[in-house]
Amino acid sequence: MYQLQSVTQTYERRGNVVTALDTCDLEIPDGDFVAIVGPSGSGKTTLLSVLGGMMAPTSGDVLLDGESLYDLSIDQRTRLRGEKIGFVFQSFNLVTWMSACENVQIPLMLSGKLASDQRARALELLDRVGLSDRADHLPSELSQGQQQRVALARTLANDPQVILADEPTGNLDADTRQQVMSYLAEFHNDGRTIVMVTHDADTAAFAKRTIRLVSGVTDEVAMADAA
Amino acid sequence: MKLRSMIWKELWQRPTPMLTSLLAVTLGVTAMVAIQNITVFSERKIAGDMESLGANVLVLPPEVTLQDYYSADMHGHTMPEEYVSRLALARMPGVENLAPKLCIESDVDSIPVTVTGVLPQSEFQAKSAWQGLGLISPVGTDRGCCATKANVSAGEDNPNSLATNRTIQDLGDRDLILGHDLAAQLGAKVGDKLPVLGESFSVLTVLPSTGTIDDSRMFAHLHSVQDLSGAGPVVNVIEIMACCEDAAGDLISNLSSELPETRVITIAQVVETQVAVNGLMSRLSWVFLSILLLVGGASIASVMYANVTERRNEIGTLMALGASRRFVTRMFLGKAVLLGLAGGLGGFFVGTIVAAVLGPQLLGIYVEPLPQLLVVGMVAATIVAVTASYLPARRAAGLDPCLVFNDA
Ligand SMILES: Nc1ncnc2c1ncn2[C@@H]1O[C@H](COP(=O)(O)OP(=O)(O)OP(=O)(O)O)[C@@H](O)[C@H]1O
Ligand SMILES: [Mg+2]
Repeated sequence: MYQLQSVTQTYERRGNVVTALDTCDLEIPDGDFVAIVGPSGSGKTTLLSVLGGMMAPTSGDVLLDGESLYDLSIDQRTRLRGEKIGFVFQSFNLVTWMSACENVQIPLMLSGKLASDQRARALELLDRVGLSDRADHLPSELSQGQQQRVALARTLANDPQVILADEPTGNLDADTRQQVMSYLAEFHNDGRTIVMVTHDADTAAFAKRTIRLVSGVTDEVAMADAA
Repeated sequence: MKLRSMIWKELWQRPTPMLTSLLAVTLGVTAMVAIQNITVFSERKIAGDMESLGANVLVLPPEVTLQDYYSADMHGHTMPEEYVSRLALARMPGVENLAPKLCIESDVDSIPVTVTGVLPQSEFQAKSAWQGLGLISPVGTDRGCCATKANVSAGEDNPNSLATNRTIQDLGDRDLILGHDLAAQLGAKVGDKLPVLGESFSVLTVLPSTGTIDDSRMFAHLHSVQDLSGAGPVVNVIEIMACCEDAAGDLISNLSSELPETRVITIAQVVETQVAVNGLMSRLSWVFLSILLLVGGASIASVMYANVTERRNEIGTLMALGASRRFVTRMFLGKAVLLGLAGGLGGFFVGTIVAAVLGPQLLGIYVEPLPQLLVVGMVAATIVAVTASYLPARRAAGLDPCLVFNDA
């Protein structure tokens, strides 16, 4: 359960102040599937960063399960992120010199799982996204869609309760987009909360709920129930 | 997967810049190890020579410039053998033994050899005036004078005593004593006959290895060498085994006034020069090490910065996935430790090989690997690598994880 209480985020560069988020109030209950849409530069990525505990807002509070994220120390927040939050990126962000399996092992290693258990768990997750036969391939040896599926497996590694996805299908063609979205929908059905930024209406249609950030300054958070 | 295996794997992704940056560090350790190795063994050799050399004063012809006291008789200049008698008759306090020598270059079966003529103790004793020479120093001995080998083994009739105390009790006209290496080279053993200086000599004994120039020499009776080589009654050097207390005091001036036409040198003077050179070399090696480590540190730092920059996205991703700043720091410092250890190890090996090759060639000393230099080299290289990587590692740990989105 996320609660944003009048969150404002401003960037100051070269004397210009850009307001990326303007007094946002938002509640995302557990098990929700939210699509965030809006034009470029409207603050979608900023919102995701704030939700992910990676960027303290200029003002306002962000609560995850009642705990104020930005009252935690950086290291506590990092640990909480590793435990509770998974990320999916537009360009997958796989570590290029690690095999698919090792990429999936990263969160397991970071959370201190035994090296001997890591591979078994990673293989299980790769199997879930249909890539068990590609475990020892490097990302460069995989197609875009396969790379994003490896990233999805990696996201699931520590069984996070929240998944934050920034344009997860932005780099994919229509077919693989469907495939990736159906995995995300599956993860949602497992009971996870998903917050997904997207430009694409078809992708947004997978969500239960669509939030619109209006171009430029976000002075209005439009909520619309989607199919 | 563990942090360690991860660092190891990443290191081998693009090892060239990293290993290149190690070059200066490795070179620094190489120079340090090579020089230290040579100085340590050179010092050990001097110490060993001091010990094995009963003699601690040399009487030399005045023209001689002393390069290496151990081959002080190899200069070709001579002085009359009569000086030996003069010294013996002078009965100077502190003189325990005299060993005149004459060296002649010759060959045996066309193998070049150095034939060294030595005077056995029995020759001294045969002349009544010299009798008791070995016993003239009870005063010195009672005063707690250093127990020279000449003293300890006086009267011991063992040809091998030549190896340790430079004197021998008996030596026949046609007897030959072979140095360890020369015996091996000639393939000669005790009892063999060898043609030396146109006469047939029989091998009395083969000396045990001493690690000195004596190993490649042969020894015969002084008078035989003088006669057969046509050199006449001359010697190259008179080695004097002196009671060390006296050697430091009046003995040298007494000797100089007794034999004004000679040059009298104490081993201590020779050794001091050598030790001073060694000390200089040793200090120089630390200077080399420091300079090259500084250069090496700078190049490691720049390569590490580049590594952090090119891995920004990877670091940001790791942080998004829950990597703490500590983890990221350790990722880079761990890599630095590996590089440092590798640089130290490489430098130690190369340096030891350099010392092993150059030591015998340049200084005639044999070196062995010195494990303590391995430790010093690895520690120094690791400290430099880690220090140089500290700021890059901090920069990596200070990266903003948000960059993973911005770069999308
Ligand atoms: N690090 C930053 N420094 C300064 N300004 C920034 C920074 N990040 C974002 N901004 C500004 O904040 C505003 C919101 O940016 P954000 O990246 O959140 O938009 P977005 O909705 O994700 O856009 P897009 O759809 O193009 O990804 C933009 O005007 C952008 O220029
Ligand atoms: Mg964005």
